[in-house]
Amino acid sequence: MNGLLLTSIAVLVLVMFFIVFRMSNLVSILRTKSKKGEEIDVSTNNFHAYLFLLLPLAGTIWAFWYGIKHSGLWWQPDAAIHGAEYDWLSKIAHVIIILMFLVTNAALFYFAYKYRYKRNHKATFYPDNMKLEVVWTIVPAIILAVLVFTGWNLWRKVTKDAPENAIQIEVVGKQFNWIARYPGKDGKFGGYNFRYTDDVNELGLDFTDKNVNDDFQATELVLVKGKPVQLKIRARDVIHSVSLPHFRQKMDAVPGQPTTMWFIPTKTTQEMREELKSNPEYLKPDPSTTKGDPKDMKARWETFDYEIVCQEICGRGHFSMRMRVIVLDEKEYEAWVAKQEPFVVKNKEYVSEAIKRQTKMKQASGQALVENTSMSN
Amino acid sequence: MASAVAHAHDVHTHEEHHEHHHETFLTKYVFSTDHKTIAKQFLVTGILWAFVGGLLSILFRLKLGFPEMDYTWLKPLLGKWVTGEAGQGQLDPEFYLALVTMHGTIMVFFVLTAGLSGTFSNFLIPLQIGARDMASGFLNMLSYWFFFASSVIMAASFFLDGGPAAGGWVVYPPLSALPQALKGSGSGMTYWLVSMTLFIISSLLGGINYITTVINLRTKGMTFSRLPLTIWAFFVTAIIGLLSFPVLFSAALLLVFDRSLGTSFYLSDIYVAGQALDHTGGSAILYQHLFWFLGHPEVYIVLLPALGITSEIIATNARKPIFGYKAMVGSILFIGILSFIVWAHHMFVTGMDPFLGSIFMFLTLIIAVPSAVKAFNYITTLWRGNIRYTPAMLFSIGLVSLFISGGVTGIILGNNALDIYLHDTYYVVAHFHLVMGSASFFGMMAGVYHWFPKMFGRMMDEKLGYIHFWLTFIGVYLVFFPMHFIGIAGFPRRYYEFSAYAAFRDEVYLNLNQFISVAAVITFGAQLIFGFNFFYSMWRGRKATQNPWNSNTLEWTAPLEPGHGNWPGQIPFVYRWAYDYSKPNAEKDGFTDFIPQNVPYSMTPHSNLPHENEMIALEKEEMLPHDTTLELAELAKKKEVTA
Repeated sequence: MNGLLLTSIAVLVLVMFFIVFRMSNLVSILRTKSKKGEEIDVSTNNFHAYLFLLLPLAGTIWAFWYGIKHSGLWWQPDAAIHGAEYDWLSKIAHVIIILMFLVTNAALFYFAYKYRYKRNHKATFYPDNMKLEVVWTIVPAIILAVLVFTGWNLWRKVTKDAPENAIQIEVVGKQFNWIARYPGKDGKFGGYNFRYTDDVNELGLDFTDKNVNDDFQATELVLVKGKPVQLKIRARDVIHSVSLPHFRQKMDAVPGQPTTMWFIPTKTTQEMREELKSNPEYLKPDPSTTKGDPKDMKARWETFDYEIVCQEICGRGHFSMRMRVIVLDEKEYEAWVAKQEPFVVKNKEYVSEAIKRQTKMKQASGQALVENTSMSN
Repeated sequence: MASAVAHAHDVHTHEEHHEHHHETFLTKYVFSTDHKTIAKQFLVTGILWAFVGGLLSILFRLKLGFPEMDYTWLKPLLGKWVTGEAGQGQLDPEFYLALVTMHGTIMVFFVLTAGLSGTFSNFLIPLQIGARDMASGFLNMLSYWFFFASSVIMAASFFLDGGPAAGGWVVYPPLSALPQALKGSGSGMTYWLVSMTLFIISSLLGGINYITTVINLRTKGMTFSRLPLTIWAFFVTAIIGLLSFPVLFSAALLLVFDRSLGTSFYLSDIYVAGQALDHTGGSAILYQHLFWFLGHPEVYIVLLPALGITSEIIATNARKPIFGYKAMVGSILFIGILSFIVWAHHMFVTGMDPFLGSIFMFLTLIIAVPSAVKAFNYITTLWRGNIRYTPAMLFSIGLVSLFISGGVTGIILGNNALDIYLHDTYYVVAHFHLVMGSASFFGMMAGVYHWFPKMFGRMMDEKLGYIHFWLTFIGVYLVFFPMHFIGIAGFPRRYYEFSAYAAFRDEVYLNLNQFISVAAVITFGAQLIFGFNFFYSMWRGRKATQNPWNSNTLEWTAPLEPGHGNWPGQIPFVYRWAYDYSKPNAEKDGFTDFIPQNVPYSMTPHSNLPHENEMIALEKEEMLPHDTTLELAELAKKKEVTA
């Protein structure tokens, strides 16, 4: 019933629109017949000129007001050593482009307003000016050069090799979750082979490799404050992307082509929550906690967490492919590590079966075909 | 899905309509080799696709703005893609991805490549360079019908059981290669690949024709330095397309092999749906290099024609020569060349060598310079003009604004260090929708309003045009500007929902997304006004005059509704550039504020610049003896009228 009503209203509105259009059309035909000579209708010219002046002005004021009002919200809080430099560079670059945006758009709309059609007025014949062209080729080139070199500087810092003392963690993306693997006490990852993958051995670990014995897996990424961490990233099925917005880092996870990135966390999760208490944006309730019992309602700073965001389309569950990232101080981290059980210990029976299977597979297809990917440092 | 039915149906009725309208044989019209008819075919198909593409975006915008909306009412349209019981219908997450994918594919290729280049290159190249038709009318016809076939296949993919392709418009493998990973990568992806292959053929046939025609069929006196900027833009666009589309074809071909023949060009070490696949040794990144080798030039394939159209319209309606013609041509050429060596800036975070990333950042940021030059030149063209606001002019000024607003964020994204955080966020969505999507769309609209009288001999309704412009202009900014905010907050693209992440749970973000969706619906609604205006004016619009905008280019010297061959008598000769607007002393020569390209310098002694006076001797030797009565007589008549 509702649908029918809505449709009939829509049809009525359309019919009315058409009638109004027809009538105004006929009227304007009559009118133009009476005043010949002026081929192009310029009767609304001033209207457009004024709008070109007013609307962009109003829009710009609104955008600035809104942006500043919630300025504590836009950038995700940063917690990496290079994050401060990133944010600074980004702000400078944004100030520059906002100035460019304002100056050029202002000129465009002001000219559009000022030089609107006037009867018996003739435009200035002004086909070129070499000097001007050279100036506005060189000036943007210089501004860009400055931006490029500052950006390049940062890029080299972010992408250079990880420091020797970096904690290494393997992060594997699959439809639709992330799995982390830590190398354990020996600091060495055991090898893997995608053909060994199954429901239990999700990472395709090679149990004939002794280095695998103390490797442990986690569903949350636990990091240490102040210590460089290097992520060794791979994907099992399709391309995913490890995005760590709070650490200003991002790297695709590509099947068959492992990638890597590193950074240094500067604040533990707990410290970050405390810090966010002073940001009014984070005192507001987290919308996901407001529906149930008011007692369960939590402020955004309370529910804050570092996260891995999957940032490359990977299928049905792309939007929910999240991994919690926890930053601890060194003591807490060591306590956490001590509690972790290696995969091999957790799944003893499975592993002893798997060793047989894997040995057989190696023999059957020849060593060359089932070459493990070594994960040594 | 029903939208696709409607589309297929509309295309069909469209053919029938012309059959009545022209009262000739169906074949003579449908399989026409006349460039004007083919241009109109491209235009109407493009417009229909634009409505389909726009509607798809509304469907997913509703989900983003109103995550808890009940989709049951859309069940008649979407069928099984709405899941859940009545009262709590949900959009299927995979269909959401299909919507995003098809919106991108349709808008980039079918609307802004075929609909824009196909229409205006076809329509304007022969008319503006003074040619009877394209170099090969037959290939030109094939170009449209390959596009049509491609359209039909793409539309048909909506009705497949697994839905259309859903891996994003870039269709990166392995996702697009593995039906186990995504339903849309089954037959939907096969249809996509077949359709795109036909589309590439269509583009190449068109491109070869445009290039050949511009090089070989210019009328006497139409030197390259006198070409209107529209033609320069179409010419360079066609060259870019000719060089880059084959690379997309090869990328697609290898993907077909991987999907169907078990090769491993892109696939390696994959365990999916409980099974380890046999593929080893391929590189998923190879596909991205091949894809973006087309994908980036494609941005300029879409944008350059729009910029060309804008140059022409701004000069005409500001009543001023375009400022810095040579710089404009130079920047088109420079952009064309650079567009081939910046592709990997789409891949800064794929794990490629950081050194390579640095190189591509340098190259990418260089391209900002000619783009800036273009923007400055447009603005200076307005300076001290006498601007008439036709709907086409409004859209052209809108284009310049969007081009700037979307362009400046390219400086951020092209900077690889800054790109790391913003890559694949809504910041990117905002950037390319403004600079490429909306700007090109505005160029297309400007072109339609401006050349409608030449196409159909009638005017479009200006008032509706004004309403259409203002709603669209405001709407586009309201839709895409707030995306910068949520982009800076790190919101990822192609997300069905954001509620899983603590980082994205804030009522401000919710409000902004809602705001964007409402603005999108209104903007889409405004396009219906255009649709009505377009089809209504085609038959019932006010009769146009021969040169309604007092424009200089050659197409306006052709009869109101040019027949086959464009000019009944001799093709006009060209004696000057296309931008002699408001030339000083033109009144003394009997002209108002414009002197068309086919007026010899010998007829305008008062307004000639010194070096132009020197051309008169040359004219007398080379041109005038061949130039017969018709045109001179017409000029004489015009003189009488103005005097």
